[in-house]
Formats: sequence, structure tokens, C-alpha cells
Amino acid sequence: MKKYISFFRLRFSMGLQYRTAALAGIATQFFWGFMELMMFRAFYQADSAAFPMSMSATASYVWLQQAFLAFFAVWMMDNEIFDSIVNGNIAYELCRPVSIYTMWFARNIANRLSRAVLRCFPILAVAALIPHPYGIGAPADAGHFVLFLITLILGLAVTVSFCMLVYMLAFFTISPQGLRILFTSAVEFLAGAIVPIPFLPDKIGRVLELLPFASMQNVALRIYSGSMDTDAMRQAVLLQVFWLAAVTAAGRLLCKAAERQVTVQGG
Amino acid sequence: MRKYVRRIKYNRKLYKHYVSINFRSMMQYKTSFLLSSVGQFLVSFNVFLGVFFMFRRFSKVEGFTYSEVLLCFSIVLMEFSLAEMAARGFDGFAGMVRTGEFDRVLVRPQGEIIQVLGSKFELTRIGRMLQAVVMFCYGVVKSQVVWDFPKVLTVIFMLIGGTAVFCGLFLIYAALCFFTLDGLEFMNVFTDGAREFGKYPAGVYGEKILLFATFFVPYALVQYYPLLYILERRTSIGYVVLPLAACWFLAPALGLWKFGVRHYKSSGS
Repeated sequence: MKKYISFFRLRFSMGLQYRTAALAGIATQFFWGFMELMMFRAFYQADSAAFPMSMSATASYVWLQQAFLAFFAVWMMDNEIFDSIVNGNIAYELCRPVSIYTMWFARNIANRLSRAVLRCFPILAVAALIPHPYGIGAPADAGHFVLFLITLILGLAVTVSFCMLVYMLAFFTISPQGLRILFTSAVEFLAGAIVPIPFLPDKIGRVLELLPFASMQNVALRIYSGSMDTDAMRQAVLLQVFWLAAVTAAGRLLCKAAERQVTVQGG
Repeated sequence: MRKYVRRIKYNRKLYKHYVSINFRSMMQYKTSFLLSSVGQFLVSFNVFLGVFFMFRRFSKVEGFTYSEVLLCFSIVLMEFSLAEMAARGFDGFAGMVRTGEFDRVLVRPQGEIIQVLGSKFELTRIGRMLQAVVMFCYGVVKSQVVWDFPKVLTVIFMLIGGTAVFCGLFLIYAALCFFTLDGLEFMNVFTDGAREFGKYPAGVYGEKILLFATFFVPYALVQYYPLLYILERRTSIGYVVLPLAACWFLAPALGLWKFGVRHYKSSGS
């Protein structure tokens, strides 16, 4: 365990070095959130009765989504891992007396965490200053806030375990491009990154909420503003735990299969 | 005057040659080309899904119906794809400056812009283009627009003006690399952001954004105002030629580029 924690710490402090990049990211994400909100506002003004969440809950959703983009954006995968599979550097990693799965898992969590830590606070601080209902509101109550933090971390873990599946599949396909594009665009939509799940038609939404993709950003972002009732929250958290276990298990199995027949490219 | 005509003719021939080289090299990797095209399609298809599902719930936004929004979105997507196919060479320009590759461009007896343009021709954007064309056809059929000559002309001018605006933005992005040595991530807001949020007519985003999109970066000139004319919300004939006015955006972009070239310091190697 100790070695994985030090992998984590190494990556985490490495990620914290890119402060100028973070500044550019903050500006971009802030603008993005602003435009998104203006769009929702126009729809709200057109027909507020058809709006599935309150305007302020939607605003909180959008701002949290931007602030924690690095947690849940599946397109932010670790290129070094793909490169190492393609160019053969994977051989060095295989030599080490560590589990590749756990090591990469720790590394990915660290990457995403360090990015989010640099970016989330300025975005949240500014969003909190924006007047109601377009700014980020206070959490519904203390309980919701604690649950929000727990589901945020669980969502991060589910996201990373999904990315792990793609890394593992890249062992078999070598060129990860096609896989990556398919996976990224499907997940973006199914997870509610394009349109929040409550905005989708009810039938589609109900199915999506059971899928693993809804366990990524959907749960935490909706719990924060209190737009889920108690039963729905309990079900969502249980599903998150279930999917985390299931996807991680699948990833570990794939990892074993990949390690058994790995071909080291290049020389 | 004859000298200029000859020069333009020559450059056109050169550009065609560049395109053909790029095309042939891309066709060496057919699978990769196919996958990237599909990828491009999927990325913008997601944006479309967003619009589609929003309109399953709402019937109108700012008075625009679903088919009218699709008309707007498809035209922006076409403008962007055209610009990206032609001017994608500017996207990798940061690398050209950093590695000193630009030195080689400067010593050749040709214009710098045409060489950078020719360094990459992204045909993979065809996937996105295809989607835009399909959406456009759907929008034309479903929206009750009565097409006449000025309206068709407006669409053509929108495509020309829009491509010019996006090319200008790519040019600015590249020109800034002379000073920062690295691509500015923030510039993506103006290019990818405009593609993403150009799905709705600019008026949807409120007055301040509309002002910005009119006078700062003229998105609205190639999207919102001519759209109003096509949908017969405005009748003045001036709206037909308005998109062409957006071509002026190329002037400051070119100026910045020229300024950048003069300030270029080789990074060596």
C-alpha cells in the first residue's frame, strides 16, 4: 500500500506545478459555465414550467461541473500510459514489483485531484459572488454537503476505473484512438455532461440513472443542490458503490489477461 | 495589377499542390483517417443530441423553433469545418515556432502564410461537415422558410464570412505563438467555444454577449443577423451583405501576424 501512496504523492505534487496552465483553464471553464448558464436562462424564460430543476439548482450544477471538470472529464486520459503501450516503455513498468492496475489507478486519481485542487476554488469563489439564481447557492444542508463530498470522491473513483478499462483495452488494440473517441463521446452524453440527466425525457433518464455512467458526475452535482429525494439518494450512492466494485473488478480481470499476453512494442 | 493576379494564380496552384500532398499522405493511413472522421462526427453529434433533447422538453427558445436553431447550428458548423480544413496548419504552429521549424519557412522564397496553411490540410473534418449538411437539409425542409434568391445569397455570404472569421481566429492564435512560444489554451474559447455555443442564435445568450459578438469578434454578423433575415424577422436588404463585412476581421488578424513575424526570434536548432 505504501508504494502506491508514494506514487500518488509524487503525481499529485507534480500536477500542482502547472499553475499557469491552471490559470488558463480557470478562465476557459469560467467562460464555458457562463455561456452554458445563459443558454439555460433563455430556456427558462421561454418555458419555466417545463424546467425539471429550479434555476438555482441548475446554476449550482453548471458551476460545480466546471469547477470539478478535471474529476469527471473522461477525455482527460493519461497520454503517457497510451504512449508507453505503443512505444514499448511498458516493459519497465512490468518489471516493477507492483500491480500495474493499482499503480495506474493511484496515478490517475492523483492527476485529476491535483488539477481540480488548483482550479476548483477560484471558480467556486467567483461563482458564489454571482447573484441568485445564477450563482452557486449554499448546499441544501450540512447533511447534503457531507454526502456531496462522499459522492464526489466515489464519482471520481468510478470515472477513473472506467478510464482504466480503456487503458487495458489499449493493450489489445495498440492504437487507442478509435476506442478513445467512441468511449469518450458515449460517456460524455450518458453521464449527463452534455445535458444534465433530469433534462432528458423521463423514460431515457430513468434507464440512464441505473447505468454506471450516471454514477460519475450526476450524483454528486445533483445532491449538492438538494434536487434528489432521500430514496433516490440512497439508491444513487448504493449504485455508485456497486459500479465502482464491478468496474474495478472487470478492469483487474482485463489487466490480468493483458499482462499474460502482452507484446512489448518497439526495441 | 497584373503582377498581383499572377501572384494569386501562382499561390493558388501552390496551395493545390500542398493539398494534394497532404491528401496523398493521409490516404496512406486509411483506417486512421476513417476513425478520425468518425470521431469528428461523434463529437459534434453530441452537441446535436444536446440541442435535440432540449427541444424535446421546450418548444421554443427566444422565439426560435427547433428547425430554425438547427439551421443556425448547421451553418456555423459548416463555417467552422471549412475554416478548420483550410487553416488547421495554424493549430500546430506553436510546435513550429518552438522547434525552430519556422526558420525553414522563412528562408524559402514563398509567402509564410501559404506555407503554414499548406503544412496541414485536415480532411477528417469531413465527418463534421457531413453532419452539418444533413442538419441543414433537415432545417430547410422543416422550417417554413420560403427561399428566394436573396436568402440563398445570404447563406452563401454567411459561409464565406464565417469561414473568414474562424480563419482569422486561427491566424490570431498562431500569431500569438510568436510571443508566448506556446499555444494559448484560452484562445479555444473563441474557436471551439464559438462552435459549441454557435448552436443557438447569439441573441439567446443575452444582450452583452450579442454586443461582444457584434463588435469584438463578429460572430453575430455571420450567424444571428443574417439568420433573422432568412427567417423574415428583419427585411432590410443590408442584412444580406452583412456577413461579408465580417471578412474585415481578417485585417487585424493579418496585421498581428505580420507584426509577429517581424518579432520572431528563432529558438534555434
